[in-house]
Amino acid sequence: MKIARGLGSAKSGAHHFMVQRITAVALAALGLWVVWIALEMVRMDYAAAHALIAKPWNAVLMIAFAIAAFWHTQLGLQVIIEDYVHARGLELTLQIAVKFVCFLGAAASVLAVVRIALGS
Amino acid sequence: MPASARPLSPHISIYKWQIQMVTSILHRATGIALAVGLLLVAWGLIALAAGPEAFGEHIAFCRTGIGTFLLVGWTWSLAFHFLNGVRHLWQDLGIGYAPATFVRAGWVVLVGSFVLTALVWACVIAQRGGA
Repeated sequence: MKIARGLGSAKSGAHHFMVQRITAVALAALGLWVVWIALEMVRMDYAAAHALIAKPWNAVLMIAFAIAAFWHTQLGLQVIIEDYVHARGLELTLQIAVKFVCFLGAAASVLAVVRIALGS
Repeated sequence: MPASARPLSPHISIYKWQIQMVTSILHRATGIALAVGLLLVAWGLIALAAGPEAFGEHIAFCRTGIGTFLLVGWTWSLAFHFLNGVRHLWQDLGIGYAPATFVRAGWVVLVGSFVLTALVWACVIAQRGGA
C-alpha cells in the first residue's frame, strides 16, 4: 500500500480515452461534410466561397469541425509523443508546443468563421 | 533508452509484416500528416475571412505542383484515418475480433482508402471541368 500510494489512478485516465472517441465520432461525420464543402468550393470564386461558409448552418458546422479536429489532433499527438519521446525535457516542450499550436489553430479558425458569418 | 541488460520484446524488424501492423503504423503516420493538413485548413479559413487577396494566395499555393501533391497525400491520409478510425470505433464496441474478420477489415480499410482518394479527385477534376 505504501508503495502504491500516489502512483495509482488519478481518476481522470479514462477522460482522454473518452474525449478521443467522442471527437472521433463527431469527426467521422464532420470530416465527410468538410470534404463535400471543399469539393463545392473547387468551382467557386471568392464571393461564392465566402457566402457558402457564411450560411449559419455551415458556419456552425465549420466551427464544430475546427474545435473537434484540433482537439482530436492534440490528443492523438500527445499519445505519439508519450510513446516515442523519452527525453523528459524534449517531451515536455513538445507536449506544451502541441497544446499551444492546437489551441491557437482552433481559436483562429473559430474567429475566422465568425468574421465570415458576420461579414466583417 | 535505458542501457540495462533486461530482456526487451522483439521489435518490428523481427516480425513478418502483417496487415494489423500496417494499419496501426499508418493510423499514427496519417494522424501526424493530418495535423499539418489541418493547419492548411485553418489557413484557408483565415484567408477566406481576410479577403480575396489572401484567399487568392491560398488557392494559388494549393494549385502549385507541391500544393497539389500535398492535397492528394492529405486526401489519402484522411480517407485512411477515417476508414481505420471507423474500424477502431467498431472494435471499441467489441465487434470484429475474430482473426479472419480482423485481417479482412484491415484490407478493406487499406484498399478503401485508395478508392475514396480516387473518387474525391475524380470529383475535383470534374468540378474544374477536366483541367
